[in-house]
Formats: sequence, C-alpha cells, structure tokens
Amino acid sequence: MELPMSGTGRDKSGWLSWHAVIVFGFLYLPIVTLIVYSFNGSGVGGFPPRNLTLDWYRMLFADDAIWTSVLNSVLVAFAAMGISLAFGIPAALALDRANFPGKTLFRRLVLLPLILPGIITGLSLLMLFREADVKLSLLTIVLGHGTALISVATTEVFAGLQKLDRAQEEASLDLGANYWQTFWRVTIPNLRLSIIGAALLIFTLSMDEIAVSFFLIGRDNTLPLEIWGRLRRGITPEINAISSIIFIFSLIAIVIWYRLRMSADGKTEIAAELVEAPAQGD
Amino acid sequence: MFSRAYRAAITVPPLLWVAIFLLVPYALLFCYSFWSVSATQTIVHSWSLDNYRELIHVHVYLQTLFRSMWIAARVTVFSLLLGYPLAYYLSFHAGNRKDLFYQLVIIPLWVSYLVRAYAWKTILGSDGVLNTLLQYVHLTKHPLEFLLYSPFAVVLTLTHIYTPFAFLPIYASLEHIPRNLVEASHDLGASPFQTFWRVIFPLSIPGVLAGATFAFVLSLGDFLAPLLLGGPSGIMISNIVVSLFGAAYNWPLGAAISLCMLLLVLGLLFLSESLEKKWSFR
Amino acid sequence: MSTMTSESEVGKEKRDTATPLLAVHNVAKSFGKNPVLRDISLEIAQGEFLTILGESGSGKTTLLRIIAGFESADSGEILMEGERLDILPPYRRRVNTVFQHYALFPHLTVEENVGYGLRVAKLPKDEITTRVEQALAMVKMSAYAKSKPAKISGGQQQRIALARALVNRPRLLLLDEPLSALDANLRRQMQVELKSLQREVGIAFVFVTHDQEEAMVMSDRIALLRMGELEQVASPREIYSRPATAYTAQFIGHTNLLRGEVKAGVVRCGSLDWPVGLPDGPVLYSLRPEKVRVVKSMVGGPGVNVVRFRAHVRHRAFHGSTELLRVECVDGLKLSVRTAASEQRPDDLELEFSPEDAVPVRESEERA
Repeated sequence: MELPMSGTGRDKSGWLSWHAVIVFGFLYLPIVTLIVYSFNGSGVGGFPPRNLTLDWYRMLFADDAIWTSVLNSVLVAFAAMGISLAFGIPAALALDRANFPGKTLFRRLVLLPLILPGIITGLSLLMLFREADVKLSLLTIVLGHGTALISVATTEVFAGLQKLDRAQEEASLDLGANYWQTFWRVTIPNLRLSIIGAALLIFTLSMDEIAVSFFLIGRDNTLPLEIWGRLRRGITPEINAISSIIFIFSLIAIVIWYRLRMSADGKTEIAAELVEAPAQGD
Repeated sequence: MFSRAYRAAITVPPLLWVAIFLLVPYALLFCYSFWSVSATQTIVHSWSLDNYRELIHVHVYLQTLFRSMWIAARVTVFSLLLGYPLAYYLSFHAGNRKDLFYQLVIIPLWVSYLVRAYAWKTILGSDGVLNTLLQYVHLTKHPLEFLLYSPFAVVLTLTHIYTPFAFLPIYASLEHIPRNLVEASHDLGASPFQTFWRVIFPLSIPGVLAGATFAFVLSLGDFLAPLLLGGPSGIMISNIVVSLFGAAYNWPLGAAISLCMLLLVLGLLFLSESLEKKWSFR
Repeated sequence: MSTMTSESEVGKEKRDTATPLLAVHNVAKSFGKNPVLRDISLEIAQGEFLTILGESGSGKTTLLRIIAGFESADSGEILMEGERLDILPPYRRRVNTVFQHYALFPHLTVEENVGYGLRVAKLPKDEITTRVEQALAMVKMSAYAKSKPAKISGGQQQRIALARALVNRPRLLLLDEPLSALDANLRRQMQVELKSLQREVGIAFVFVTHDQEEAMVMSDRIALLRMGELEQVASPREIYSRPATAYTAQFIGHTNLLRGEVKAGVVRCGSLDWPVGLPDGPVLYSLRPEKVRVVKSMVGGPGVNVVRFRAHVRHRAFHGSTELLRVECVDGLKLSVRTAASEQRPDDLELEFSPEDAVPVRESEERA
C-alpha cells in the first residue's frame, strides 16, 4: 500500500530507511568481517587486513579432526531429522485433529524446547541417561537433537495443516478411499512442502546445535563442539575459514527453505508460525 | 471423522516419546534438585531442601541471577529498539522489496550462533578488528579494554543474535493489520504519526510482547556468549549451571538452579500470554 | 435529529449554487501500463446523491480513492468549492469515506470508533460526547456504544462506519460499495435507510456500486463508468429512458438492440420499418422490453404511428407479476418482450411498439 504523500510521511520514511541500513549493517558486519579475515595472512585481528592468502583454507582441508566432526554432525543431523519428523508429523496431526486428555499439556511440552534455554533440555536428558545407565555417545546426541527439534517439525507441519483444504480429504473419503489411503494419497502430498521445509530447518539447526550437545557428548565430537574445543585453546584463522563455509551452507539452506515456503503460502504466515506456536494460549 | 486406529497412531507415538524424553527428564530435574552429592562424587538420593537454602543464602547465585536478568533486560530493550522500526519499515515502506529484505533479516537468524559469537570475539578483542581500526585511524591510542570480556560484550553479542527474534513477531503483527484501517484513520483526519500512535502501535502490541519475551527468555538462559566474551564480570546464571555439571560437579545444585530457571521462564511465558490476550483484538 | 449539519440545509436545493461542491477535471490514472481512468470530468452538486456505477475493472473504486486521497491522479485536478483538493493529503480533506469492509478499529469500542476523528481534531470532550451520542442515535446504534466491533454484526458495523464518517460533518461523503457484503434483504433495507439519511443530513453522497438496481433506487444522478471513461451522467429516469450508448442501454435494465439502415426517411430493421427523420446510414436502437405490447384485439387495425408485427414465442420466463417472453420474427430477429403474466398464451403473437420508444443509441466501441 502506498502511504499518501505528505511532509511528515516522507521524512519518516527517510529516517526509517537509515535505521534499516544500520540494523542490516549491524547484523551482517560481523559475518562479513569473519569472511574477509579468513583470507587474512596475519591472523584474525588487526586492521587493515593484509596478505591475502588461502593458507587457512588449505590448513582446514588438511585437518582430519574437523572433517570427522563434520561427518558426525551430518550423521547426527540426518538421524535427528528422522526422529523429529517421525514424531513431529503425527504430533501436528494430533494437535490439529484429535481431542484427547492432556492435549494442552502435550502441546506445551512439545513446544517447550523451542523457548527454553537449550541447556535445560540438555541436562535433563543427561540425568535421564545417567539414571538409565546409558553411555554418552553420538546416539545420545541424536536423541537429544531429535527431542529438541520435534517442536520445529510440529510447528511447520501444523501450519501446513491449516492451509490444507479439509474438503480434499472429505472428497477422497467420499470417493471410496479409507482413512489410511486418504492419509497417504491426499494429506501427505499436500504437506510435502511443509515437511521438506521442516526437514531443511531441522537439519540446519542440528548442524549448529551446541547447548544440548554439550551435555550429551561422548567421545565423538560434532562440528560445533569441535570448533568450541579449539576456541578454548586459542583462536586461529582456520576457525574463520570453517565459519565462512558454515555461513555459505546455512545461507543456501535457508534461501531454499524460504523459497519453498513462498511457493506454498504467504510471508506473514512464516513469521507468525515461527513465534506464535510457543506463545500461543489455549 | 477419523477412525480410532488413525487417532491412536497419531497420538500415541508422539505422546510416548514426549513422555520418555521430556516429561521424565523434567521430573528427574525436579527430583535431583532435592538430592545431594556425596564427597565421593556420587548422587545421594536423600530428599532435602539444602540446595534451595544454598541458593538463597550464598550470594553468588542470586547475584548472578540478577545480573543475568539485567543483561537480558538490556538485550530485550535494544532488540526491540532495533527490531520494531525495522519491522515497521518492511511492512509499510518497503514496497516490492519487502520479500528481499525479509529474507535478509531471517538469514542471520539461522546462521550458526557459534559463528556469530566468534565473529564478535575477533572484532572486540584488544588485537581485534575494531580496536586496531580505531588505532589505525588515530581515534584511540590504546586498545579499549571494556570491549571484550565484559557485560558490554555480552549485551552487544546477544542483541546481535536476538534482534531478528524480536523482529519476527513484531513484523507478523504489523502485517496482520488491515491496510484499510490505516486509510480509515487518515480519512478521519489523523496524520501519519497520529495514525501510528493511535492505530498501528496498539494493534502491534501482542507482537511486541512476544518479541520481548523471546529476547528476554532466550538471553537469560544463554551460556555461550558469556563464556566466549563475558570474562569474569560477564558470567551468567547458565554458566554456573554448566560448571556445576562439569568441573564443579554438583548435579543436584545445578538441577535446583535449572528448576528455578524453568519456573521463571514458565512464569514469564504465562504472564506474556495473558498480556497478549488482553491486547489482542480478534 | 438534523442538528448534524445546519449549513447543508441551505444547500439542499441541488445545483442552485454557482460553484459545484466537487469538480473533477480531466483526471487520468494508470497502474503501470494499465490505464484505469482516462480523462474523467465530473461535477457534484451540493447535497446530491451521485452514484458512480460500473463493472469491476471500470475504475470506479479508483476514482473514489482519488477523491478521498488514497491515490493520486496522474493528470488532471480536483476542486472542492473552487479550491484545489488533490494537493491535500487525505487527513486534510473535508471528505470522509465509508469503506467497503467498514475498517472499524478493532481495539476501540463503538463509541471510541465514532469519536476518533473528533479526538484527532482535539475537540473539547463535551462536544465529542454530544456529537457521538447524536451520531449513534441517528444510525440507531446507541445501545451498542460500549461494544467492540468484533461483537456486532456486519449490518451493524456498517452503520457504525457511517456514523463514524458523518460525525465529522464532512462536505462530501464517499461510500465504497458499503452494501455489497450484506445479504439481499438487509441490503434493500439499508438502501432505503441510506437514502433517507442522506436527505436528512443534506450532505452530498458519492456512492460506488456495480449493482445497477441499487443505483437506480438511490441516486439523484448516476455516472456510468466503463473501462475508465464516463458513458453517461444523468438521472436514473433519463438514463433509463434515454440511454446514450448501447452499453448504457444494456447495462441498466434489459433492452433490445435493433440494428437498422435508414434510406430516404425510412428505417428498416429486418422485417420491421417505420418512418424517421434521420439522414441515410446505419442506426442502432434501444427498445425496452416493456415497451413492446401484445396486441389484444385485431379490431381496428394498427393505430397511427405504431409498428406492428407477428412473432413466435420461443421462451417464457415467469417473474411473478410480469413475464419475459423471448420471441422470434419471421426474418429471425429475436426480441425480449415484457408483459403482464398470463396463464395461457398462443405460440404466435401479434406485437406492436411506438417508434418513439425506439431510442437511437451510439455504438460502444471496444477500448484498448
């Protein structure tokens, strides 16, 4: 909508656009700095950057420990994705369609990890594993991520369900398909975009997860924990290099996710879902 | 409409998972907070309020909690100050670039937290980009020490991380405002500023509350930024919890603190929700 | 009740003031490459009820929004009582709008909604309270003063939107299809109420609709808009009985369009002919179905100045008190005839009409 022309209207717009520039600068400057300095021969700090070099990237690619941790992270991410979707999709369906005792409690529980500090989820699971005498390993990390990220799957799929036209399912039943057939032939295909979007998001979040992983780690490191360990020992531009690569991948993942959502529904809905779910009342 | 088998299939698995991996752990959290740890580092299952007494009587815990809340409060205020005008600009002034700008805002959100915190560390250090830049242009002679390893660094970094979180619900609520209300307000003689104050802002309050809640709760429970950038003066409550589960080895005490955090967060969520309901006009 | 607008009582006689209330001069507007309004010129008199009538896409809403100030014209100007209106932002115009979906503020009560414009103008509290009370009483919604818009029905919201606009005593009230969201019965009721309200209050109303019946019922004048241009601006009676173009004739009510050729003072339309005082050439006539009469008795033959012919009834549509017949003449010419409903009717009928009821109309060209 065009705001009508007027003196105050235009001035306001000018001030607002400057503000927007500043905020975008604030959001992106650190990342840009990071990337720039990953090519800096003289290390992570110091201005201005000199000695353009690819050394740090070379070092990075020769660093086995990092790549092992990347592999671990990828495995964990896929597994977590599986768990989150396997339990998150039914959860969304249940919240949307079924009425059962404890539904409200269930909804709050499922969405809690989204807003609760990650360490609480992490350490409470740690206590569970300790009491159950389960040794800490990549498996425990998988269980932790899966649990924490069910809320993401549920939120995305739930939003997708709101867009689903019930009449389609009713038409399917009317034409002779039973509930299971309708589920696989009509419901799931309609939720395809939501599910893919959720999967992408879960994967990305799992790759970056620290708070929960911190408590549940065994002998094998995930990528964030590997980086974290190195940070304790000292900063090297190699970390800049891997960070830049992480940034590029995250960027690609999120842009794909966004495009998927755009083709499904309006922008407002995303912003709304991402935050309304945990803040929703009864 | 749905058969019992279908309903069972979509409710039981998620319920089970959530019960095992969320409900039980939180229950354990509750239990542990009343137990204690023996000299030989085993968990003693004897019930007492000792942990809670310690929290109240030993100053450092309450002190750190209040410092954490103070940091969280500042982060919240700054995130809102940065996020609201940005959301307003996108919603009302960005025209056909709205889509692009929206993507630009959510991208940093999903790029690794660790990467972004690390970036600030490289910028704020005494040999970091900012200090050397200031010295390079002769604005300062010596590195500014307060930039890193201080509450300032923590607030700055957390604001950077959580401004997009604050932005999202505000943007969503602004987008939900029917544009004909703005026109009606102008039609009735209100200038753009009066329209903002009397119509737009009141209708965006639920979004502001949600954004503030997110920023506050998430920064309150943050442990990474203080650990990387906080130094001794920037320690937050989660760091204490983490060390109690690590080197300081007192899980029960850590559980007690976590339980308090959990209750605090739940309380804030509840408060925020009721306020949002009061201010929502649907 | 009429304490609302004392100054407009004077202006109740239409078109007796030298300066029109609103003058639109050569307004044009395009959205991108799409021309929505081309060269519109129109005058609105004090206290008149003018309807801008048109199909969707005709530009009627855009014209209204330009007058309100939510869009600006690409060219042309608008004057209110002689002074430039189009250079003012909407919040400085003495014009108020009733929006299509009412646009009531959800966070304010009904009376806060109605008083909004007065509060913005910083009028004294007592005056605001009094005027709001009057406005609510005028639309018969006093009982709902403390309710929120979400709690009242569509029809009630519409009245509040009306009160909210009128309480500001605008010089001109714009109504953007305010009745389109109401069901048929409520709509008819509101048409009557709106019309009498306008009479009572004496303010000029500019009403936008696509419903030609609505326009006919309510307006002092109708401005028919087609694809961005004004087809005709006239009173309902005039526009009905003397349509200027084929489009007008067909859009308003039903009509028969007869194509004919004039030669030596006689026009020939298929098998029909009658004398006319027109130069040679093609001609197009609009003949209203109710002007074609069924001949009851053959006694005495056709009167002077009557065109009589035979036709075969193809289709009868029962409309309660009348019937609409589709008839076909020997040469294949098809006509619609509206006549009193009757149980029995022979298949072949003798029909007649008076030549003066065949109104010549201009062709309506396709526009780019």
